[in-house]
Amino acid sequence: MPIADLLPELILLIGAAAIIVAAAFLPQRLQGLCAPVTMGLLVASMVLVSIRWGQPDQLTFKGVWALDGAAQFAKLLIFGSAIAATALSPRWMATDRRHGEYYGLLLFAVLGSVMMAAAADTMELIVGVLLSSVTGYALVGYHRQWSPSQEAAMKYFLVGALANALLVIGVVLLFGLTGATGYTELAASLAENPDPWVIVTSLVLILLGLGFKLGAAPAHMWMPDAAQAAPAPVAALITVITKAGAAVALARFAMLLPDAIAWRWAIALIAAVTMTWGNLAALWQTNLRRLLGWSAVSQSGYALMAIVVLGVTDQALPALLVFLAGYAVANLAAFSAVTYLRGRTELDDYRGLARSRPWTASVIILALLSFLGLPPLVGFFGKLMLFGAAIEGGYTWLAVAAIVNTVLSLFYYLRVIAPMVFAKTDQKAADLGWPAAATMAVTGLLVVALGIWAEGVIQVAQSGTLVLLR
Amino acid sequence: MILTASLVIPLLGALALALWPGWSRASARGFAIAVTLAPLVLMLIAWARFDTGGAMFQLVEEVDWVPSLGMGFRLGVDGIALAIAAMTALLFTGATIYPIDTQGSARQYYAWILFLETASLGVFLALDLLLFYVFFDLTLVGMYFLIGRWGHGEPQYAALKFFLYTLFGSLFLLLAILGLYLSADPLTFDMRELIAQQPLAGAGVFAGVVMAAFLLGFIIKTPLVPFHTWLPRAHVDAPAPASAILAGVLLKMGTYGLIRIPYSMMAETFSAWALPLAILALVSIIYGALVALGQKDIKRRIAYTSINHMGYAVLGIAAAGALLNGSEVARSMALVGATIEMVAHGLITGALFLIAGSFWQRGETYRLADYGGLSARTPKLAGLTTLAAFASLGLPGLAGFVAEFHIFVGTFGVYPWLAAIGLLGILITAALFLRMLQTLFFGPLPERWNTMADLRTSETLVLGVLLLLVVVIGIYPTALIDVIETSTRWLVGGS
Repeated sequence: MPIADLLPELILLIGAAAIIVAAAFLPQRLQGLCAPVTMGLLVASMVLVSIRWGQPDQLTFKGVWALDGAAQFAKLLIFGSAIAATALSPRWMATDRRHGEYYGLLLFAVLGSVMMAAAADTMELIVGVLLSSVTGYALVGYHRQWSPSQEAAMKYFLVGALANALLVIGVVLLFGLTGATGYTELAASLAENPDPWVIVTSLVLILLGLGFKLGAAPAHMWMPDAAQAAPAPVAALITVITKAGAAVALARFAMLLPDAIAWRWAIALIAAVTMTWGNLAALWQTNLRRLLGWSAVSQSGYALMAIVVLGVTDQALPALLVFLAGYAVANLAAFSAVTYLRGRTELDDYRGLARSRPWTASVIILALLSFLGLPPLVGFFGKLMLFGAAIEGGYTWLAVAAIVNTVLSLFYYLRVIAPMVFAKTDQKAADLGWPAAATMAVTGLLVVALGIWAEGVIQVAQSGTLVLLR
Repeated sequence: MILTASLVIPLLGALALALWPGWSRASARGFAIAVTLAPLVLMLIAWARFDTGGAMFQLVEEVDWVPSLGMGFRLGVDGIALAIAAMTALLFTGATIYPIDTQGSARQYYAWILFLETASLGVFLALDLLLFYVFFDLTLVGMYFLIGRWGHGEPQYAALKFFLYTLFGSLFLLLAILGLYLSADPLTFDMRELIAQQPLAGAGVFAGVVMAAFLLGFIIKTPLVPFHTWLPRAHVDAPAPASAILAGVLLKMGTYGLIRIPYSMMAETFSAWALPLAILALVSIIYGALVALGQKDIKRRIAYTSINHMGYAVLGIAAAGALLNGSEVARSMALVGATIEMVAHGLITGALFLIAGSFWQRGETYRLADYGGLSARTPKLAGLTTLAAFASLGLPGLAGFVAEFHIFVGTFGVYPWLAAIGLLGILITAALFLRMLQTLFFGPLPERWNTMADLRTSETLVLGVLLLLVVVIGIYPTALIDVIETSTRWLVGGS
């Protein structure tokens, strides 16, 4: 058994277990020590993944676990995002009695997302989705005493329970049809199987299940609630890592499907609906975190554009990966700024921020303009490649829909930016100290730096492939 | 290095102003003026080095940026770009010198002006399609903050409308750029390569879609009727120097883009679309002039004449691109005229908007009816305004005439009827400017203006230089035409 193939994940798994045990014994003032340990574990895993980079794609662990460029890229992205979220957490969680366990849960959530990204077997996929969901519910509701947080967790749980159940039914149907759970066998039997109805039904169910994790319509409702009411570092984390994991999982799963069933059209439709719904709902939000949550929904719609043309053009997968990286960096930057301002959420509280805290305001503005896709920020290159891939794959209408949506999104991004810059205020705000400030500075800088150094990101993404399953 | 330096110096200046606290109002302004002089000097050096008998693109500077997408940091000029970039550099210096109430944040104001200068020059100097787009979008950001923060009236609404409208256009531009890029072989954003390849020649429906997206993007930016509605609002509510830059520089990005991209890179498709474009231009000429005539507000009136004047420029471009072969002399004249119109409009309308700013600084109103009889009270203001107005209405001996003459003669060789109808526009603009001069400077002097001050030295200096150039181009256009014809020779053939 090639244990070494799973070394990055094993480190996190063992580390998470150790942290939970340790947290049970540590006095509260020392529980914060779990944060640097968590970051150390994540860095170690990142290094291990980077070392493996460039080795040939393969399936390992009896063929259920993909070791390919796409999975590796997603892992780097997820680990990196988790490092940022961990850096934001210690002071935020300092007063919480269960401070230490939090990092264990965080690592399990990371593992769940990584499993989704690497799963090459439907059972494995289910385990990944469930692990990611269960930890997600707990993390979103971590502030037990605060009812909005509980409400968000409850909503997340209810939507999630349904979506996960549907996912399982879809997998069972597929298993009944083909007798296989491994992607290699599934691909082979689906290619020759004559019963499109069962395939379509299970496809719809699995799309719903993964769409839930991705934050795609119609199972996206948890995203704005979680973004609004989860602890801010958690909001930063789960909007990014579940999306990255689920997007790669969906891409890998889509590659199994025979072209005879119109799955491209189905996903294109979901993409269009998701981006439009997210944007329309974001338009009049008065709460910045909720607005970011809706914006995250619309960004999922853009990401789906790449999956629509997967296999039609070589640029589809790199476009998806570059876009996810750009989204992750900008979203972490935005939520870092929110966290730094102690979770300040009402839009009105941000009036005049450009004068009272010019650097924080700059980070938020850069993040929003990167979401918008303004060059030369990192988000631009992701969108550029998405549009290019959609046009090349013959889905020009989808690119046009995305453009109309982008103009729509400008409207609510400016609803944040304009009062921040143009209004005058003399309110002084408290902040969360240097760890959050440093995270904010680093992620904000990355929004610019990765845009200017887009060549590097694109090259890494282009070297990432999905392991061939047939 | 001169082209790169002309982008980098204002950018560094902007960063210095933005990051370094503790600039006084005067020191920020003085620093900004000094910084804007650098690109101006560099453009003059570029002009001196430009070889009118040489290659199409000269002074090329090239560094790979994102080679895996075929994008590079490529700068270079042809005659058209050089003429417009030089005018841009001059107008930015003028706009920086021009006094304005910076509302307590001079540092930020001048930082945004310098940032906008980098982005604007970048649009005209870029030889890479994607780089062109990058700068094109960055100008929106700069202008958004300038209008929203230092404008008057409802500045934030005007800024929002400006940003939404032009981003809509620019995103279609991006789609078109991608369509063109994906048709090229090998994939590249290098403009020289794309002009040589003509990647979408005869590609039927797809070429039509790409052309439509290009035209939409550039027509909104220019703007032609019916996509002009963002312009009056943005102009009226922007601070005067920003209005001057908006009219003088940003609108040129539309017409310059038309020449640089669809006209040059998709000549065959463009010729098929030239007639509808020319008709749209004609509508803008007549409509812009008529609506301007009806305005009761100095700035709105000037804003609408911009629509009329940009209509002339587009008419010239459409006429020049109408045919692939034949009528070379006429088409070349039309293109030369369109380019001179861009330069002349930048100088003249830039001056007119600055003048409008001077009125605002003195009276806090743009209403024409509020003024009157100022010719004796403020002779310098009256003289320079008259000169600018006459230049704008196309009086012979001034730059506007040279431009319009070329455009109409050229268009007459291709679309005689359109040229004939278009002449009506000149008649209407003559009427509206004469009436404006009459209301502002003649008749009884309202009592409240008894103490109105004449132009300050800095104002006289800026307007004087801009209008002196208008006169020079009017009397001795050869220097400008020589440079522009270098490009038309490559683009049209002919002369």
